[in-house]
Amino acid sequence: MNNITRRLLLGSAAAAAVTLPGRRPRAQEKGKIRLGVLNDQSGPYRDTGGLTSFECTKQAVAEFAAQGFDVDVITADHQNKPDIGAGIARQWFDREGVDAILDVPTSSVALAVAGVAKEKDKVLLNTGAATADLTGKQCGPNIVHWSYDTYMLGKSTGGATVRSGGDSWYFLTADYVFGHQLQESTTRFVTDAGGKVLGASVYPFPGTTDFSSFLLQAQASGAKVLGLCNAGADTVNSIKQAKEFGVPMRVAAMLMFISDVHALGLDIAQGLTLTESFYWDLNDRTRAFTNRVKPRTPNNWPNMTQAGCYAAALHYLKAVQQIGVDKAKASGAAAVAAMKAMPTDDDAFGHGSIREDGRGMFPSYLFQVKTPGESKGPWDFYKQISSFPPEQAWRPLSEGHCAFIKT
Amino acid sequence: MVMIFGKPLLLLYGQLTLGLINGAFYALLSLGFAVIFGLLNVINFAHGALFMLGAFVTWGLLTYLGIGYWAALVIAPIVVGALGVALEKLLIARLHGLDHLYGLLLTFGCALVIEGLMRSQFGSSGVPYAIPHALQGPLNLGFMVLPLYRAWVVIAAAAMCLVTWLLIEKTRLGATLRAATENAPLVQAFGVNVPRLVTLTYGAGVGLAAFAGVLAAPMNSVNPNMGSNLIVVVFATVVIGGLGSILGSIITGFSLGIIEGLTKVYYPEGSATVVFVVMVIVLLIRPAGLFGKAA
Repeated sequence: MNNITRRLLLGSAAAAAVTLPGRRPRAQEKGKIRLGVLNDQSGPYRDTGGLTSFECTKQAVAEFAAQGFDVDVITADHQNKPDIGAGIARQWFDREGVDAILDVPTSSVALAVAGVAKEKDKVLLNTGAATADLTGKQCGPNIVHWSYDTYMLGKSTGGATVRSGGDSWYFLTADYVFGHQLQESTTRFVTDAGGKVLGASVYPFPGTTDFSSFLLQAQASGAKVLGLCNAGADTVNSIKQAKEFGVPMRVAAMLMFISDVHALGLDIAQGLTLTESFYWDLNDRTRAFTNRVKPRTPNNWPNMTQAGCYAAALHYLKAVQQIGVDKAKASGAAAVAAMKAMPTDDDAFGHGSIREDGRGMFPSYLFQVKTPGESKGPWDFYKQISSFPPEQAWRPLSEGHCAFIKT
Repeated sequence: MVMIFGKPLLLLYGQLTLGLINGAFYALLSLGFAVIFGLLNVINFAHGALFMLGAFVTWGLLTYLGIGYWAALVIAPIVVGALGVALEKLLIARLHGLDHLYGLLLTFGCALVIEGLMRSQFGSSGVPYAIPHALQGPLNLGFMVLPLYRAWVVIAAAAMCLVTWLLIEKTRLGATLRAATENAPLVQAFGVNVPRLVTLTYGAGVGLAAFAGVLAAPMNSVNPNMGSNLIVVVFATVVIGGLGSILGSIITGFSLGIIEGLTKVYYPEGSATVVFVVMVIVLLIRPAGLFGKAA
């Protein structure tokens, strides 16, 4: 053991952790648009983005084919690390000829990549990160934020829970920018609706697998609702253990995707409420979209961030077609401006628009997870409780304090 | 209500109990790790991945073969242990006599491969596994309501630790194992097949990790990353206890569980760090660990 130093250990771990970014495409030829899907492909958010996002983007390109210019898609794993994400973005923009980056979950990575996109005048079509700062304090003319954000989640799930009697809350919060923002935004809607927050446990992220201690503290607070400001495996563990400990509180999973429900199983997940802006079984168009994309990703049906990649890519390509490939390649801001100027229309999100600050304006839906008896087949997990029209679902433009918009 | 440093006493009792349960878990994992290091001189960084495999085999037995939890407690450690034997025979045995670092890098590489393969097969969100019927329900301890399953975990883990310790310290087989670590050629001269002994020991250590995996399946998310964070804590536990010390890793496992539990009450943000703070302090005062022999 004497020969092993901490530096050696860390060094070998770091060397092993760094992997080369995906395929290395050849140099970019003129008149071709290249999209890059940048997300977590080996960590906790792999199933909520990952290769399914890549496949959804490729589906958009396939459907857009034969429209006068070529498009290709590349992908890479940012490992949920801001420095790696920003490094890949720089390389893609500078050397690989990428024009727009899609998905980018994990708020801290998304904010770093947004900075690079602004600096290089390229495009970030974010569907995977939660932070509402992308259209707020850190907004920019090169950014579109598509599927969801912390404001919309807090308002929909938080507000609805208080209105149905859950008026005292205790939060279980992951200790990073996403968890804190989600707690802050939910607190606002809980108190606005007449509820109160009795306490919170902020736990280290990543690295926490046992939540029983926090669950006991939550129970001791006497609150009626346990608000989970976390995501992925943490959410799954919190819910599983709350059930095990028989915690007599309603669980409000502030961010939960359909793949999390799949991981929990309906026996445990039944009755939970959650918010998404896309569900495969919402209407004929969403079913048609899912049936088209399913052969590409049979074991992981798309959620709102993955469907968002499809919709955002499609809308971006329409904008490119309108302003011309050369102009779109020269200025990301011009392409985004064209996206904002035309209404969106796709099978996953229906008719919508992109607001000045880059916010995608679509309805949000509050769902309840079905009981095993109600579920009729694979991935038949949600029943819709209510929905918000776009103008109510998202933070008003005036509250975002987005600097580049002259009001 | 009686308060200690601003926290109700009853809440603290509850947290101490939970700390003890987590400690049992750390102890069980560290034990396998320590056994492998003690007898093979290999720092087994694949321990977390093999723990994860134990949980997945448990799930697979139920999903594909309809075999329940109780049988899985026996079958999963044997299946994963057999994989461990193959791993030792094919790869680790070739590093015999080399620096620790080679074993560490090899097993770390194995862990990455195993986790990567499982991720590509099962995704990262994981698979569901329910608590067995007989262990569902609460157990009222007066100061807290403990799920019956957690009580079972602490008993099963403590019993397994005790049995392993007795086996190594008090039996003839254990004496042979210990002798083989001290002087392998001499033991071999007495007619003992030392390489086979070493291989089986690795299999047994891995089996302990898989046993912990079975215990974890009903209470944690069963996903390919479930062992990757744990291995760091387990490594710290074994270092604090003294590398290779069986008793040291058991006692340290339980103690760290309790210390971590208390940190979760008073300063939850620090609960993932406290283990390493303890490690730094212990190594400064006793570089060989609490129960380790100085080199």
